[in-house]
Amino acid sequence: MADMATLVIDDLHVSIGDKPILKGLSLTMKQGERHVLMGANGSGKSTLAYALMGHPSYDVTSGSVTLDGEDLLALEPNERAKLGLFLAFQNPKEIPGVSVSNFLRQAAQSVRGEKISLRDFSRSMSANMKQLDMKPEFARRYLNDGFSGGERKRCEMLQLLTLAPRIAILDETDSGLDIQMRQLVADVVLAQHERTGFLVVTHYEDVVQQMQPDYVHIMTDGRIQMTGGIELAERLTAEKSWDWVAEEA
Amino acid sequence: MARPVNAETDQHDELRALRGDYAEKYGFHDDRVNVFETKRGLTEDIVREISAIKDEPAWMLEKRLEGLRHFLATPMPNWGGDLTGINFDEITYYVKASAQAETAWEDVPDDIKRTFDRLGVPEAERSALLGGVGAQYDSEVVYHSLKAQWEEQGVLFLSPEEAVQNHPDLVQEHFGKIIPYADNKFAALNTAVWSGGSFIYVPPGVHVDIPLQAYFRINTANAGQFERTLIIADEGSFVHYVEGCTAPIYSKDSLHSAVVEIVVKRGARVRYSTIQNWSNNVYNLVTKRAVAYADATMEWVDANLGSKLTMKYPAVVMLEPGAHGEVLSIAFAGAGQHQDAGSKMVHAAPNTTSRIISKSISKDGGRSTYRGLCKVYPGCTGVKANVVCDALLLDDKARSDTYPYMEVEEKQVDIGHEASVSRVGEEQLFYLMSRGLDEDAAIGMIVNGFIEPIVKELPMEYAVEMNRLIELQMEGSVG
Ligand SMILES: Nc1ncnc2c1ncn2[C@@H]1O[C@H](COP(=O)(O)OP(=O)(O)OP(=O)(O)O)[C@@H](O)[C@H]1O
Ligand SMILES: [Mg+2]
Repeated sequence: MADMATLVIDDLHVSIGDKPILKGLSLTMKQGERHVLMGANGSGKSTLAYALMGHPSYDVTSGSVTLDGEDLLALEPNERAKLGLFLAFQNPKEIPGVSVSNFLRQAAQSVRGEKISLRDFSRSMSANMKQLDMKPEFARRYLNDGFSGGERKRCEMLQLLTLAPRIAILDETDSGLDIQMRQLVADVVLAQHERTGFLVVTHYEDVVQQMQPDYVHIMTDGRIQMTGGIELAERLTAEKSWDWVAEEA
Repeated sequence: MARPVNAETDQHDELRALRGDYAEKYGFHDDRVNVFETKRGLTEDIVREISAIKDEPAWMLEKRLEGLRHFLATPMPNWGGDLTGINFDEITYYVKASAQAETAWEDVPDDIKRTFDRLGVPEAERSALLGGVGAQYDSEVVYHSLKAQWEEQGVLFLSPEEAVQNHPDLVQEHFGKIIPYADNKFAALNTAVWSGGSFIYVPPGVHVDIPLQAYFRINTANAGQFERTLIIADEGSFVHYVEGCTAPIYSKDSLHSAVVEIVVKRGARVRYSTIQNWSNNVYNLVTKRAVAYADATMEWVDANLGSKLTMKYPAVVMLEPGAHGEVLSIAFAGAGQHQDAGSKMVHAAPNTTSRIISKSISKDGGRSTYRGLCKVYPGCTGVKANVVCDALLLDDKARSDTYPYMEVEEKQVDIGHEASVSRVGEEQLFYLMSRGLDEDAAIGMIVNGFIEPIVKELPMEYAVEMNRLIELQMEGSVG
């Protein structure tokens, strides 16, 4: 791949209302790399994901985020998507009355900035759905409306495959998935690794093992405290607590 | 019939390509010298004059005069919308733009023809999607046609004036029987000064399986349009009638006050679809009612996008067992608009069923009201009725109210009612924008999804038209 996209997060501080959540978070990741982010409940992992994507309630009070040198923080969420950033939501929203296929096509057209013929779109959608072991009828259902937890997560992955981002954040996409689906998601991530850099948020070591990440980051209290390899996830399993992170950081 | 409109169609792109604003698309008017118009204001002389122009039999003039007397004696309704802006003395009640109704498009006067061309009316007919077309310009029907295939089977699709002349028995049997002149002030007014509209008769067992369409256009400033429609679906027949309407943008208000009466005989089915897109200076005060006999089905699909004030509550009176009534309605109220719409379901026989789905969208201080009545007479056991009304508010200035009246005088019935008010949520918007949609496209997608359960009931072309009109409304360019 000629120009590998680079996401640089530098000393990021984010508040919700008056409450500081991220307190100086730094992380650099490239297209083609896999990063895992682990951390205590409430430590700010989803906050990081939302702030990167541009959620209006998340206030960036200082720090910077660039994608290939471009200031992400100055952009609307849709413009960030067009630059190649993607977030698989921990809790995807329902949009009643809007079919999955209609939504996906409009999203793909918006991100690529060009019209996609119905035929081309249908073909690639079928292939993507097959890859995720989804039934064709799924495309006609209304987006996330009445979806099971696992179906929502799978639908997020379908969006990822459709939009082919350069940097993708998966916010606990594994949670709520059965064992087979977890493996499937890991396979998709591995299959996409050349064109996409992944930041995978998870609580589970087995998911980390499946993802074979280049880096594992441990987050507590709004900051990345430690960066290493899979051994950090293994240590976490062994310790069953976060106390050692604070002691050793 | 159910078909997910926004699934796998090219529609969104078409919609974008078709963008424009109301002023340009519909808001223009023709500067023309009308063949005839009555003096402004309403008097008995004017009613007699209208009747004389139409060369009517005495019985019709008598009905008109009864209507006039009742209109004059009845105070303005004091509920619903604000009617104080209507000045009955300023209105021209009858405007005849062309000498006669033509059945060949070439014979329609050029400027009127151009207007309808611009609105796409003859195009729609040629496209073979329609079984017949009527076009009304101010007070008179200027064009009418019915495909030979239906004519041969005895279907009638005429102006009501023609029906009065050529089928007086049918007209006399039903005119004013479903909606008597005394029903309300505006029904009385319509009875007094009615002009134009449609008359449809479908013989027993005949299924007119492509829609008949009528297009209504007000051109003259300060004119009133008072069309009168009567549809009779004989036993076991089917017809789908579609009406559309637009008007120029004038600084002074116009009045549109129609009466639509429908008879659905045993085992027949009528669907009546309206896409109301009047300019924002039109008061739209319409009375619509159907009677349904044994095992008959009446469906109103009612979309109100335009007008300054609409007050309209399509009704179905179910007179015999097995009758079914249905209203699917969409209202969109933008700045300066009040859509006071809803429906009435009257269960006057056992084992009758009804369903109402109402969706309203309000933005920029627009106001939508759902006003509905579900009535069950004593002894009507086994009635099933369901009402769902959902309101979507696009901003903090928009307003929505719901008045669901229930008059149920029987215990062995099954009545359901749900109402919801929602706002376009920040989380939904963020989710869609994170997938590349800009804010307008994201709101548009949420709105289209909101009305999808109703739009999917419309034939494809109308569904596309509907989404396009909603998009125009979203841009706030109407009026
Ligand atoms: N909208 C909000 N209003 C107030 N506080 C919030 C809001 N969203 C998140 N928070 C708080 O911010 C902190 C970080 O939350 P966040 O969702 O980022 O945690 P997380 O690391 O993703 O946790 P989990 O592992 O449980 O998903 C928590 O204390 C949470 O309560
Ligand atoms: Mg989280």
